[in-house]
Amino acid sequence: METEKFEPKIVAFVCNWCTYTGADLAGTSRLKQQTNARLIRVPCTGRIDPVFIIKAFEKGADGVLVSGCHPNDCHYNTGNFHARRRWIFFRQLLDFVGIDSSRLYFSWVSASEGKKWVDVVDGVINSVREKGPFNGYKKLNKEIEIPVK
Amino acid sequence: MRIGVFICHCGENIGRTVDCPSVAKACANFSGVVHAEDYKYMCSDPGQNLIKQAIKEKNLDAVVVGSCSPHMHEKTFRKACSDAGINPYLVEMANLREHCSWIHDDVPLATKKAIDLVRMLVEKVKFNEPLIPIRVPVTKRALVIGGGISGIQASLDIANAGYEVVLVEKEPSIGGHMSQLSETFPTLDCSQCILTPRMVEVYQHPRIKLMSYSEVENVEGFIGNFSVTIRKKARSVKDELCTGCGLCVQKCPIKKVALSDFDEGLATRPAMYVPFPQAVPNIPVIDRSVCTYFKTGKCQLCKKVCGREAIDFEQQDQFIKEDVGAIIVATGYKLYTIDKKPDDNPIKGYGEYGYGKYKNVINGLQFERIASASGPSSGEMIRPSDKTVPKKIVFIQCVGSRDESKGFSYCSKICCMYTAKHAMLYKHKVHDGEAYVFYMDIRAGGKNYDEFVRRAIEEDGVKYIRGRVSKIFEENGKLIVKGEDTIAGVRVEIDADMVVLATAMTAQSDSSKLAQTLSVSYDKYGFINEAHPKLKPVETSTGGIFIAGACNAPRDIPDSVSMASAAAAKALVLFGSDVLEREPVVAKVNEATCAGCFYCQKVCAYNAVEQKEIKDRQGNVIKVVAYVNSGLCQGCGTCNATCPSKSIELLGFKDDQIYAQINSFAEVF
Repeated sequence: METEKFEPKIVAFVCNWCTYTGADLAGTSRLKQQTNARLIRVPCTGRIDPVFIIKAFEKGADGVLVSGCHPNDCHYNTGNFHARRRWIFFRQLLDFVGIDSSRLYFSWVSASEGKKWVDVVDGVINSVREKGPFNGYKKLNKEIEIPVK
Repeated sequence: MRIGVFICHCGENIGRTVDCPSVAKACANFSGVVHAEDYKYMCSDPGQNLIKQAIKEKNLDAVVVGSCSPHMHEKTFRKACSDAGINPYLVEMANLREHCSWIHDDVPLATKKAIDLVRMLVEKVKFNEPLIPIRVPVTKRALVIGGGISGIQASLDIANAGYEVVLVEKEPSIGGHMSQLSETFPTLDCSQCILTPRMVEVYQHPRIKLMSYSEVENVEGFIGNFSVTIRKKARSVKDELCTGCGLCVQKCPIKKVALSDFDEGLATRPAMYVPFPQAVPNIPVIDRSVCTYFKTGKCQLCKKVCGREAIDFEQQDQFIKEDVGAIIVATGYKLYTIDKKPDDNPIKGYGEYGYGKYKNVINGLQFERIASASGPSSGEMIRPSDKTVPKKIVFIQCVGSRDESKGFSYCSKICCMYTAKHAMLYKHKVHDGEAYVFYMDIRAGGKNYDEFVRRAIEEDGVKYIRGRVSKIFEENGKLIVKGEDTIAGVRVEIDADMVVLATAMTAQSDSSKLAQTLSVSYDKYGFINEAHPKLKPVETSTGGIFIAGACNAPRDIPDSVSMASAAAAKALVLFGSDVLEREPVVAKVNEATCAGCFYCQKVCAYNAVEQKEIKDRQGNVIKVVAYVNSGLCQGCGTCNATCPSKSIELLGFKDDQIYAQINSFAEVF
């Protein structure tokens, strides 16, 4: 069975000051987690363009995680508020463009929450593993014959 | 582009779970990579030389290092590459340690992930551009928040080094909790006697601007260039005219109207008051909530007696702007109040100890006031309820501390010592009295600390009982303390005259709000986080902002003072240079495509986006575009994500750099 072997590919967009540092803390504390997530470090969640997320799904991600500083704790004062507002609208559009919006995850993880980061990552990986692979774009790419590198 | 990839084993730290040689081998096949190797310690001198040599020999123009977190060694590798002639911003780091080897066990999977992580940054670095650090001038002035012993020490150190200091204290007087203490451990010297000369020194120092009864309202800017707004609360007394004669306080007819904060509620004070006789500055404050004039419009007795006409009932809060280059936070602690349990407080409390219900159950600071010569009983050891001398006192340690189920999980550090001190002070004043201490462990780490506790037990005959108290109740004027002696394995019942609870030290209730104003991180208890628990204990996550004392964690006086001097030294390091180099990670506008919608201006938290007119040769304005003031831009990139035409880009994190990472995260696509 192919589904049994399915290992989800997760792209995580994390801010430099809270979640990336929190993930560092998880490392320093040797908190074990699954290997499926690939982190992309940006200065602030405010930097994350919604198109990044669509692009990640297009490039084969089965789930996308966005994580930054807790509300009010943003290193740049308001970046995460802009991000949050953006996601509220963006999330509704995801289904419209053919992406199951439940595959997009958000969380706030601070620099001191190494344990929470592990729970979030493992939670997302397990949840996506249950959903199975995200094939929407893969099918589409095949149809329009985008050459695979 | 000619990219070099360097994989570090970090001794065994990475090498144990990631097969570094095969990562290097795989990376050698990536397009653009002309050199890939692995080495045991890339950050060591030989490791750095390896990189430098490869840059020269292979003529590399970009480097990706697969090692620890960029927060750890990004500077090291950028510097090494820059020494070898590569622009430091053409160096990227893949985090193979914190984000890979340390968190995974499975070698093939971790190795595969490591290859992915390096590939993503190889793709990113292809789009990196050479950047030049931004140079900004340093304002050589410091702001110290909090006028307790930590703030006083930090202010004096900086001022004595020759730089100006603005010291902000929210209470009417500086001195903090140390001014409330009777004696200090482990020497039993009088707290006020050693503190008040320092307070006066602050007041008289030509380079210290003391702003008491003031609070920090807003902080803008960045390291070397902060602009701080301070709210100077209305004192109702003109501080430039007041001589501190105290006539107004004597004449105030509303004598016992409010509980004295300084005496921890054990005494009262008038509506017009100076917190304590040695207050600095010695300028009274009118408590407008209880003053007759503010309630009924009549009285003005203080105004009539003041020969200097310093009383100003119309005074308003003033907002004062100060430019500083460094900020030291020394806001201290507060004692955990067990009688009040706000709904949003996760603390369950110790209702069974009867604090707030029985007058003779008090906390540590209240005992300090009773024992203090400047206290309500002038140092006479009497209990609050009937002012008689207690013949039997029970001290209970760890009330709130080290108790996750009801209080906080941390140890408050100072209670073992101050309880020993309290018991000793009591025995010195009441020779025939009995003192019992209920403890969990004695934590007396520190110079002469354990000897001090032994002295309390052996010389002063304080009885230590290992165990917890389950209940306290009043019976015939006595407090019945029921507990357990876990060494003897028996239940204990003591009929005490007074009970002193060593309650936990907690963060100030507004500390998280202040941390948010300063953009520094804080933990779940509200204590402000240090940048690194071992190597950066006085720095915060924000450059130019330092911490000292108990605002970071429970801390005693010697530790607070050393930390304050350390923070002052850090500020002085900053003041040692005239200009500061800043990361050039700032936004940049493409004026050719900018349509002038100024959404970027609306989302910018730093007012860094300005409007710029583009003119033709005749001087006619053709269009108005956005322009980023790189001195103000902090590089969050919110404008970049907001721009509809993608005309504003965050250097170092441009769209094509991030798309390159997204495009390469999985091999198959």
